[in-house]
Amino acid sequence: MTDSLDLSSLDASQIRSAIAAGDFSAREAAEAAFERIAALDGAVHAFNQVTPELAFAAAEKIDALLAGGATARDLPPLAGVPVAFKDNMNLVGTNTTCSSRILENYQSVYDCTAVARMLDAGALPLGKLNMDEFAFGSSTENSAFGPTHNPWDTDRVPGGSSGGSAAAVSAGMATITLGSDTGGSIRQPGALCGVVAMKPTYGRVSRYGCVAFASSLDQIGPFSKTVEECAISLNAICGKDPMDATSITRPAEDFTQGLDAGVKGMRIAIVRDMLEQDGIAPEVKAATHAMAEKYAALGAEVGEVDLPSAEYGLSAYYIIGPAEASSNLARFDGIRYGYRVKDAEDVIDLYTRSRAEGFGPEAIRRIMLGTYALSAGYYDAYYGQAQKARTVIIRDFERAFADYDVLLTPTSPTTAFKIGEKCEDPLSMYLSDYYTIPVNLAGNCAVSLPVGLGADTGLPVGLQLIGTHFAESTILRAARALEAEIGFDTTPPTVRALAV
Amino acid sequence: MALSESEVRHVAQLARIALSDEQVATLQVELNSILGHIDTIQQLDLGDVPPTAHAIPVVNETRPDVPKPGLSRELALLNAPESEAGAFLIPQMTGGGDQS
Repeated sequence: MTDSLDLSSLDASQIRSAIAAGDFSAREAAEAAFERIAALDGAVHAFNQVTPELAFAAAEKIDALLAGGATARDLPPLAGVPVAFKDNMNLVGTNTTCSSRILENYQSVYDCTAVARMLDAGALPLGKLNMDEFAFGSSTENSAFGPTHNPWDTDRVPGGSSGGSAAAVSAGMATITLGSDTGGSIRQPGALCGVVAMKPTYGRVSRYGCVAFASSLDQIGPFSKTVEECAISLNAICGKDPMDATSITRPAEDFTQGLDAGVKGMRIAIVRDMLEQDGIAPEVKAATHAMAEKYAALGAEVGEVDLPSAEYGLSAYYIIGPAEASSNLARFDGIRYGYRVKDAEDVIDLYTRSRAEGFGPEAIRRIMLGTYALSAGYYDAYYGQAQKARTVIIRDFERAFADYDVLLTPTSPTTAFKIGEKCEDPLSMYLSDYYTIPVNLAGNCAVSLPVGLGADTGLPVGLQLIGTHFAESTILRAARALEAEIGFDTTPPTVRALAV
Repeated sequence: MALSESEVRHVAQLARIALSDEQVATLQVELNSILGHIDTIQQLDLGDVPPTAHAIPVVNETRPDVPKPGLSRELALLNAPESEAGAFLIPQMTGGGDQS
């Protein structure tokens, strides 16, 4: 039976229903997922680690429920759905490496809350996914374990830092994955791999157990092929967690409610000045304008707004992000966990050489940048100024959301670039997060929706739909309307040819 | 603001990272390129704008003060590079008998 089982053509609800109906067992679903990983991941390298024991144990629980007489109604919402997690999220029974040498052998001793909630919802954990080291990057090339390849063109990057999470869904190796987004690390790889990728409002999802990069910006969110699966995933992972003081107490929401209500009367604006930015590819700009026209045709009130302070977002981000990172990464000192040099003369020698040998070049760059920005004499000029810039960016968004429900920008200025293309120039890599960064600074929610293939490159283009705080339902409804209108085929042709 | 070589070395010392001379030279170029872009933020007149540390206003919300077990000693030491007698082992930090 598993010889012919192709889960990649089924969405999460269909997998759950098929298991409930006895078409295949949860164990067979897990087996099919691992067969597909074996067939495809040699070319893609999305996984750092696969976890068959954990997946089969989770499958056994679902199959036991069914053997005990459970029906579709009794199964949890993600029953039997194959999932995987970015390798900065802890899960007991796995190593949590952050794709860094310094944590290469680090064994999780507790579970990340968002991961635990996915598993409580019945999902099958396939493994841990590649990323830029400590989430520093936009291409997954900064992984200590080698780059992930874009399933649409394996000579190209999948984006980053959650490149493994995006590529695994794109190649149909996992139905849903989780990533983390500090300046675009969910949405940008989602765009470059042609999948749906959501950064929820800051505080929606607990950050407990996700290795911290920039604590005031980090947020966990899902990748999937459909908007509905994104909503189902949010249902599972959102909500207050006593272990994360910044997680927000709010009444539970069902994000699948009203998903198909359409956009009639919804106020949607293109962010005009951000589309005039240098460096945006003509094919990306054209696709963004075309989507605004589609929204108008679907009955939305479409207009334009400016976010004049957003152009300072990148500067603010490359102060605040590294500043918080340099502080968060101080814990990697070779004492309690992580890499330690063998022949240290004294404790300072142990710290400085363990860190120099354990961290990769981009991690060292960010720690240096952040340490400098926080150092005596420069704090006000950098960190203080960046925190004030953050305020004016928030005010820009507040003005825009007074008139509009959803803001549209591209997710990324270009489609997927070639592996190696931007490695030599860190600044050019940073610019690829131009559209996503202001959203993190303001704590808003945003989803990247695949809206077609670029006219020039033939690679996926992502549209970013931005909502105000806690407006996930609104942007999902808008995304769902466009998804239904476009009918984008999320399966990369090369994957279709290679598939088992 | 441009970083000199000695400033790069000073920052590395603050960050507790032992850099080679080659890394210092590379980082000086790269950090100055990044700072050249970041410095555009100095153009903003933000005199009376309050800083934002967290985008979502949150108030302290305490969880019930109920004791529960923390990590066991075994788990806490699971990832220790070196441990001895149930404790983390580190190099000697204070002067021994034959040192000043």
